[in-house]
Amino acid sequence: MKDTPLSNCERDFLLKAIEEKKRLDGRQTYDYRKIKITFGSDYGCCFVDLGQTRVMAQVSCELVTPKESRPNEGIMFFNLELSPMASPAFEQGRQSELSVKLNRQLERCLRNSKCIDTESLCVVSGEKVWQIRVDVHTLNNDGNLMDAASVAAISALCHFRRPDVGIQGEEVTVYSPEERDPIPLSIYHMPISVSLAFFQQGTYLLVDPCEREERVMDGLLMIAMNKHREICSIQSSGGIMLLKEQVMRCSKIASVKVSEITDLINKALLNDKTARKAGGRCGFAESIPQERITALKTDQTSVEMTGVGETVSSIVQTAEAPPQKVPSPLLPVPGVGQVGEGMRNTWGVEEEEDGDSSGGDSGEEAVKMEEEQHKEDKSRKVDVVEILDSEEEEEEEEVVILYPETTEKAKNKGSSSGQKGAATSRKQQKK
Amino acid sequence: MFSVLKERVGDVLLPGDEFCCGPQETLSLTDSGKPERLVAGPGIRQSGDRLLVSRSGVLRHKEPNKFWIESQQRRYVPAKGETVIGIVTAKSGDVFKVDFGGSEQASLSYLAFEGATKRNRPNVQVGDLVFAQFVVANKDMEPELVCIDGSGRANGMGVFGAGGLLIKVSLGLVRRLLAPHSDLRADLEKLFPCELVVGMNGRVWVRAASVQQTLIVANLLQSCDTMTPSQRQQLFKRVQQGGL
Repeated sequence: MKDTPLSNCERDFLLKAIEEKKRLDGRQTYDYRKIKITFGSDYGCCFVDLGQTRVMAQVSCELVTPKESRPNEGIMFFNLELSPMASPAFEQGRQSELSVKLNRQLERCLRNSKCIDTESLCVVSGEKVWQIRVDVHTLNNDGNLMDAASVAAISALCHFRRPDVGIQGEEVTVYSPEERDPIPLSIYHMPISVSLAFFQQGTYLLVDPCEREERVMDGLLMIAMNKHREICSIQSSGGIMLLKEQVMRCSKIASVKVSEITDLINKALLNDKTARKAGGRCGFAESIPQERITALKTDQTSVEMTGVGETVSSIVQTAEAPPQKVPSPLLPVPGVGQVGEGMRNTWGVEEEEDGDSSGGDSGEEAVKMEEEQHKEDKSRKVDVVEILDSEEEEEEEEVVILYPETTEKAKNKGSSSGQKGAATSRKQQKK
Repeated sequence: MFSVLKERVGDVLLPGDEFCCGPQETLSLTDSGKPERLVAGPGIRQSGDRLLVSRSGVLRHKEPNKFWIESQQRRYVPAKGETVIGIVTAKSGDVFKVDFGGSEQASLSYLAFEGATKRNRPNVQVGDLVFAQFVVANKDMEPELVCIDGSGRANGMGVFGAGGLLIKVSLGLVRRLLAPHSDLRADLEKLFPCELVVGMNGRVWVRAASVQQTLIVANLLQSCDTMTPSQRQQLFKRVQQGGL
């Protein structure tokens, strides 16, 4: 499918805005869009958001025979895929000019800069080496795919762990992650690409062009650099003439941006590491919402109801009276008021079955059974509990408890107060 | 069925949600014998005795019996009579090809402009914006646009767009902008004078006194897509106080 054409009015407006040093999204000339780096639940899976641009990188490894010219070096393979998901202009399975350009730049940025120690990937010289494959998929295109791809690729490589191998004589064993901890790749430095767009034959310069800016730009300069200010690759496209000073200035801008992005990647890696260590969900897995029911229709489940009435009444008759003393209100967590043990929420807590209650004080049932339980209670104890909810904003609620006057008196009005108690407690449960 | 639907008005529904006539629904004998009829709008479709939700969004209801899903969809499907903003992509013979953001390009005859004759051709360049109306919008035929109404008047349509910015918003926002008593438009009017052209295909063209102001309006419109009215009013107030 053809891409949406750019109208003359947009082109004119963009150029006018750039002349006035304004950008569509309110950025300054040298600002990057917001970069967000998240990792998947697997090692070596990384998502990078650069504003609306979204890119995913996945690293995988495989044992292969090495190239004859380099018998003791591992193999790096990079592949950048422009999927139609990113933009309707991208076609599946056809190498477009853009995809060749981006693939080439990614290779130059990461392989030719020798940022990864390929010799450490050798298992048996001349026979078995690791091949590391980096697949970069574009998920959405809003300009500057190259920078997003380079950040995603290097972050994924830093995040990746390859399985450990052991050699006994001729035999090579690959250990699963359960047997031996997987090993990270040894990375010397992190090259990051920074794109600079030129307008009006190099008069105006913008960092990190968005999609519409990319369409009206005259030329593009992509500088790949690491944080030690070593240029790993530099490529100018679009056929504009740049002065020596301009290139120097661009490399200075790039060095600042690269150190910022490197810090960001390190922080993201550290966050992921701590999250993994803590055993919690991390990265992409965290964002998968769970346990939400979205359908309105639920299948009916039939419940065996025969003899329930008798059981309840027998329980009511035989049950022992709970202690007369009214326990002080507990505040397990702010926002949850609780009086007595009766309606303790026992989600996930191993509960011992005690005979005097009908088992109604567990979990969700508690809400339904509250009423029943209170009816039960009326024979022996009445807690007149009045909980006045103060303003919603307040974290902790004020709990006012009117202690029961006398048992006899309470007995008379037992049922009504019991109901009241149930109503208020239900209110609490909701919170 | 009615009561089930009414209960959910204003709720967020997702594709796959379904409504079915519950067994508790009984016919009243005393009521007039008219069976209740229900009009299922966009996003709701009938399947046997059930109603299926086919689009994610908020369920809306209009008295007496219309229900539809208000979605934040961005994909435009042309409909006859709707006005859209298109970009002229090619001039071929006596028609212009216009991109309106749909699956196909529409054709626009050069005679379909106000005052155009065979001798007096309209001045339309490739890349120009046109505000036009669909006369043919059919899934089996090429859509066709015109820039005149039934009586041959331009009625606001035609080539436009010098000095403004074209942005894309969701179709839901466009409908909200075009609604008769749109509170969004009322909020926008309080800010500063600006010119808007709103196409039903989700394209909005904005022009204000300066580049800065145009950008502000454009960004405000794009950001209010997912805001509640109170959030939006707060944002607009902040912009106003910012003295921009």
